[in-house]
Amino acid sequence: MKKLLNFILKIWRQKNNEEKGKFETYRIGDISPDSSFLEMLDLLNNKILYRRVGEPISFDHDCREGICGMCSLYINGRAHGPESLITTCQLHMRHFHNGETIYIEPWRAKSFPIIKDLVVDRSSFDRIIISGGYISVNTFGKTIDGNLIPIPKEDADKAFDAGTCIGCGACVAACKNRSAMLFVAAKVSQFSLLPQGKIESKKRVLNMVKKMDEEGFGNCTNTMACEIDCPKGISTEYISFMNKEYIQSFI
Amino acid sequence: MIIKNYFKLDSKIPIGPLNHKWINHKSSLKLVSPSNRSNIEIIVVGTGLSGGSISATLAELGYQVKVFCYQDSPRRAHSVAAQGGINAAKNYKGDNDSVYQLFYDTIKGGDYRSREANVYRLAEISSNIIDQCVAQGVPFARDYAGYLENRSFGGTKVSRTFYAKGQTGQQLLLACYSSMSRQIGKGRIKMYNRYEMLELVVIDGITRGIISRNLVSGEIERHAAHAVIIASGGYGNVFFLSTNAMGSNSSAIWKVHKKGGFFANPCFTQIHPTCIPAHANYQSKLTLMSESLRNDGRIWVPKNIEDAISIRNGEKNPEDILEEKRDYYLERRYPSFGNLVPRDVASRAAKERCDKGFGIENNENKEGVFLDFSSSIERYGIEKANELGIKNPSLMEIKKFGEEIIESKYGNLFHMYEKITDQNPYKNPMKIYPAVHYTMGGLWVDYNLMSSIPGCYVIGEANFSDHGANRLGASALMQGLADGYFILPYTIADYISIYIHNKKKLSTKHIEFNKSEKKVKQRILQLISNNGDLSVDYFHRKLGNIMWKYVGMSRDNNGLSKAIKKIQELRNEFWKNIFVPGNIEDGFNSELEKAGRVADFLELGELIAMDALSRKESCGSHFRIENQTKEGESIRDDFHYKHVSIWKYQENKSISEEIMYKENLTFSSVKLQSRSYK
Ligand SMILES: Cc1cc2nc3c(=O)[nH]c(=O)nc-3n(C[C@H](O)[C@H](O)[C@H](O)COP(=O)(O)OP(=O)(O)OC[C@H]3O[C@@H](n4cnc5c(N)ncnc54)[C@H](O)[C@@H]3O)c2cc1C
Ligand code: SF4
Ligand code: FES
Repeated sequence: MKKLLNFILKIWRQKNNEEKGKFETYRIGDISPDSSFLEMLDLLNNKILYRRVGEPISFDHDCREGICGMCSLYINGRAHGPESLITTCQLHMRHFHNGETIYIEPWRAKSFPIIKDLVVDRSSFDRIIISGGYISVNTFGKTIDGNLIPIPKEDADKAFDAGTCIGCGACVAACKNRSAMLFVAAKVSQFSLLPQGKIESKKRVLNMVKKMDEEGFGNCTNTMACEIDCPKGISTEYISFMNKEYIQSFI
Repeated sequence: MIIKNYFKLDSKIPIGPLNHKWINHKSSLKLVSPSNRSNIEIIVVGTGLSGGSISATLAELGYQVKVFCYQDSPRRAHSVAAQGGINAAKNYKGDNDSVYQLFYDTIKGGDYRSREANVYRLAEISSNIIDQCVAQGVPFARDYAGYLENRSFGGTKVSRTFYAKGQTGQQLLLACYSSMSRQIGKGRIKMYNRYEMLELVVIDGITRGIISRNLVSGEIERHAAHAVIIASGGYGNVFFLSTNAMGSNSSAIWKVHKKGGFFANPCFTQIHPTCIPAHANYQSKLTLMSESLRNDGRIWVPKNIEDAISIRNGEKNPEDILEEKRDYYLERRYPSFGNLVPRDVASRAAKERCDKGFGIENNENKEGVFLDFSSSIERYGIEKANELGIKNPSLMEIKKFGEEIIESKYGNLFHMYEKITDQNPYKNPMKIYPAVHYTMGGLWVDYNLMSSIPGCYVIGEANFSDHGANRLGASALMQGLADGYFILPYTIADYISIYIHNKKKLSTKHIEFNKSEKKVKQRILQLISNNGDLSVDYFHRKLGNIMWKYVGMSRDNNGLSKAIKKIQELRNEFWKNIFVPGNIEDGFNSELEKAGRVADFLELGELIAMDALSRKESCGSHFRIENQTKEGESIRDDFHYKHVSIWKYQENKSISEEIMYKENLTFSSVKLQSRSYK
């Protein structure tokens, strides 16, 4: 049997976006090192429920497999916690020390208003995609055979890597400027690297960058915190790629 | 339960030879002219592959579409988690694949309990799906010549599965989501994120809209429409532990069922063989390792029970067990398919070994088997060394090359496994065990995908029609997209066309809307004001235990009868003793959301057990202990059970009084054979 762990948790509580929030302190014990971070929060919530000491803590999650992008949490000053290349739902308690105090906060960015406690509103990301993050093909099935658009393996792989962005928003939360460059660059690059996406690439990059600015995201100053906290390892090279596309779109 | 032997619903399967049915049917469907479409409003519940594809397509056609999902963005629907791939009969690999072969494998894989006409149509459409997705920018895996790559999946002998590493569902869903986003931008789709459908509104027997709850503000709203499409996914979470997302639920389909929508084959639940074993009782969900791993992984347990015990106790490592002391039980029992037998067969075989004491995981039930990549790593490593012209490569070199190739194929899955278990699967074999994964049952639909309530359509995992008693890998994604991109857009027009002459405006004022809204509010109030002292999770876990124990991988008469009684008791206890914090006017309340869903699971669970009890044969995922051969293979009974079991809820009566009807299944172009994978 592995040694069970105890923690002191400082968790951000906030009723809604209008009211002020604050840290509350909770203690939790007997946590298995193999338990996930969210399972620990489940246990804490159950404790709160059974003791009737206020409302359980609200946090976002769904797949718990690291792929839907729903979970968030700023843990000890890092988006998705201290481990690299994972989301909060894939973070396990074995990475924390017994007795450690853990600070848990929501993503903090003007463009992600707080809904409740640790839950934020990321619909600004959707609006950026709506502004042009697609290929304008209709879906009636009158397209050509997939093999008639041969794509070099390297390009397909690169497009895939960019395409793996889960839209979680960690890049914004990690950035001191609250910039959404990595998120936008990933989508822009995925499509620009593919022949079928190339056709609209100018319009796409212009629209998406414009929308990103309108939504109040900050500028990129190359601190690269986004890349470090991105659970999917999206490289800042894509930001350079997008900048190139952006400049070219004026030519 | 009352069982009736006749069937009064019309499945609308077109006449004529199998390969002409869909073409003929399409030519007989009525059309709606483009100028009229913008006056038609359609509601879609769900934004997975099925909901996303139908929403985008209907909007492109010019209809006004309202779309609902409970997550904060349509991009997070659970389809995003699908790992392995999507099938299509393109015969790109020249292994003699064809529409007929895909159709045949699917029918056989489903143990002859799916509709022939539907499955054939699915196989016909499959190729279109890939082309469409490529055009939308899905970065499928490519070979060095730039052409699309394939791999194979359980239950087939050809390579027809298209994939994007282990994230196929994600890439396909993001393509749907982009197409939807384009239509949101045009104003043809109105998106309702963080909304839950809580009731279907039926007026004079016809679908007229839904009642929803805004999960942020808590407001209850009415939405009217000419048609409602349910694309809310599967109900595997009735087992509590499953590979489904935490929010996956049965509420939308259950509400339709209780308003008169027939529920078909509820007991067909797929147990997936390659999941990470449960490690503790606080666990919240199980994680799938894609079935595609079985292409390169060999499954085994020790031959000797002492070795199994030593491994469980940590005294021995898998490497310590010599090759001849390992039991590659799938290769032994099913030499022709080996590790690639269908999921139900692989799952049962793992259970059989673990029940006999050969399990290798040190968990509560000693359940787990090895999925070992060392042979493939070696084989690939040697091939690569040959390719590079390295003579006499060292063992280290071979391993390194081999691991690189395995990484390029399954990198993200290996990463995921390591993060969860803290073990490196390149060095040690993975540990896997079966878990609840997919529900083949769902709301009954006709060939047009309409439920038994006119104007209410059901697509994707939420309906029942295409997979029979067992779903082969990589065919759910195919079905979701076929339904949404290529079938329903045609068939729904046939129904919608009646509204073109009938210009009555939609309204939410009707008394049925009042009644439905009131019902929703009352139920929320009942949950919130109940002064019990047990949490929602307590009941969900308990239900899950009953389901897994008695309605899980194998079932028998006694167990199922017991389960029905236990579920009824648990349900009574739930309504007496549930505690949900908060007030009705509050907004965000996850406990309340969960409570509503678990209340529905507590009813559906009983129906699942009733259905399993009434099907006294073993077929696909439904294994009745009473019906097996000496070797433990299932025995189907085509004489008595070649039918779809269709359950009808009787208003204001208990679940146990539901009536069962039968839709007989006819097969014109396949001969029913016992399903052997030897
Ligand atoms: C881990 C995993 C791996 C898989 N891998 C594969 C694979 O490799 N190949 C394959 O073919 N299949 C695979 N499957 C199966 C396949 O992914 C699913 O069957 C399929 O994606 C279901 O799609 P759907 O559109 O029916 O529903 P989902 O994608 O589940 O979407 C359901 C939608 O309904 C919404 N919703 C639900 N209830 C409500 C409500 N009451 N109100 C409002 N909205 C609601 C949700 O918000 C969501 O948008 C996998 C499944 C899992 C779980
Ligand atoms: S770029 Fe990375 S951090 Fe940013 S949204 Fe995408 S996956 Fe999340
Ligand atoms: S819950 Fe889906 S990524 Fe964490």
